[in-house]
Amino acid sequence: MNKTAYDSVKLARGNGRPTGLDYIKEIFTEFFELHGDRRFADDPAVVGGVARLSGRPVTVIAIEKGHTAKERAARFFGAPGPEGYRKALRLMKQAEKFNRPVICFVDTSGAYCGVGAEERGQGQAIAENLMTMMGLSVPVISILIGEGGSGGALALAVADRVWMLENAIYSVISPEGCASILWKDAAKAGEAAACLKLTAQDAKEFGFVEEVISEEQLGQPGFYAELRRKLEGELKALSGTPDLKEQRYERFRAFGRSSL
Amino acid sequence: MPILNFRRRPQNELERGGRSRARADQTDPEISCPNCHRSWPVSSVWANYNTCPGCGWHYRTGARQRISFTADEDSFEEMFSDIVSTDPLKFPGYTKKLSVVRAASNEKEAVVCGTASIGGQKCALFVMEPQFMMGSMGAAVGERIVRLFEYAAEQELPVVGFTVSGGARMQEGLFSLMQMAKTSGAVLKHSEKGLFYLPVITGPTTGGVTASFAMEGDIILAEPGATIGFAGARVVEQTTRKPLPKGFQTAESMLEHGFVDAIVPRNRQRKVIAQLLRLHTGGVK
Repeated sequence: MNKTAYDSVKLARGNGRPTGLDYIKEIFTEFFELHGDRRFADDPAVVGGVARLSGRPVTVIAIEKGHTAKERAARFFGAPGPEGYRKALRLMKQAEKFNRPVICFVDTSGAYCGVGAEERGQGQAIAENLMTMMGLSVPVISILIGEGGSGGALALAVADRVWMLENAIYSVISPEGCASILWKDAAKAGEAAACLKLTAQDAKEFGFVEEVISEEQLGQPGFYAELRRKLEGELKALSGTPDLKEQRYERFRAFGRSSL
Repeated sequence: MPILNFRRRPQNELERGGRSRARADQTDPEISCPNCHRSWPVSSVWANYNTCPGCGWHYRTGARQRISFTADEDSFEEMFSDIVSTDPLKFPGYTKKLSVVRAASNEKEAVVCGTASIGGQKCALFVMEPQFMMGSMGAAVGERIVRLFEYAAEQELPVVGFTVSGGARMQEGLFSLMQMAKTSGAVLKHSEKGLFYLPVITGPTTGGVTASFAMEGDIILAEPGATIGFAGARVVEQTTRKPLPKGFQTAESMLEHGFVDAIVPRNRQRKVIAQLLRLHTGGVK
């Protein structure tokens, strides 16, 4: 039986999937976690720090959902608030200062939805990340490992290369949200998921992501080893690029042109 | 709220009462104010910059009307009006919706771009259109805005932009989402040339537009009472299951929390914009 778009949605949201911290632990060495946005707080939904990728210092940032119910609640279910985006921003600027590449693991249903998050400028925090990431002089690679929920995901995915796991999703709105707007019926999320073209295969076809990563060995040592090898190779290629910033702009500049 | 100073010399057709006079020749229906509930002849509301002559309530205003309020008479020259969205995802009902909206709004897309002078200061100007799918940002809106910033960067012009938007246009999926990054990149390039960008946030501005070019200005102005936020208020209320604080996501609360520089009522906008444009010329290195 063919997998539907909504099957991917369910898989992307599944509790059993590796989360951001699993990738950090398995792919990098010497990870040292850094906390806080230096403005207000430390957002547990975003984990970041310095580490080595096969010897080379890198900055790693991941949205962390947690595995158990307790962990998930403590991580705000992987929904970053403004502090999470500002922590990421701080670490990216730091990476630029020390000429370290940035690697982001994205897994969120969307930015945190709450009164405090709004009052502390959720929109402004995302906007600032988009603009700053566009201007970073160091290579940036973002990997969507589960849910890629709208602006909350994009705020860590303005990258030179964006990869997606086979069953990850990337969408402007949740299928439930889309269905309730369109048909006033959140139960039609399956249909909405198909309409939104939110699977990794769709994103690749439209050119929003460069690579789709096989989940055949998901979570096994071989899976991480392969991903590490891919990252090494790509960083090597990107590090030699002279006008990275300009190319990053052109990468995004092209989106939508074909549809006009 | 001060009522318009009628002694001031009229600066464009609308201020001169040209359109309202034409309307009065036919009929001049009354509309009621959603804030103070008094009724006013449409002509007097229009002559008052589409705000309530009694309490100053700001009615939602279309792009062309806003241009007539803001730009010097006959100074606006439209650009990129041939850029329109298609239906990249073949989303059910979208093509039909576009044609219905185009007919109803008399616009081809949710933003109008061009050059204008405001109080004699030349600038690039974009104005979003609430009648066009609530100013939602699809590929064409993103492209028009990006081209305007690129043109302004090339011509060394400041950019003034009025936002009103429900956010990303869901019917265009990721094509729509990517416009947030794309426009942010264009704002950055313009900014890196030392050029001035002044967004004026009008109500409602939410979602992907708040989280991109609306919040990326050097100075950010807002209209009184405008709803400004990322998540929709109803969504926040449903998610948190608590009543929202008074004034939540209003321009006034954004000012209080430090996210906009000033709240400027519509009848003062032209003057304030012109002043800020002038203050951003002639800096000495």
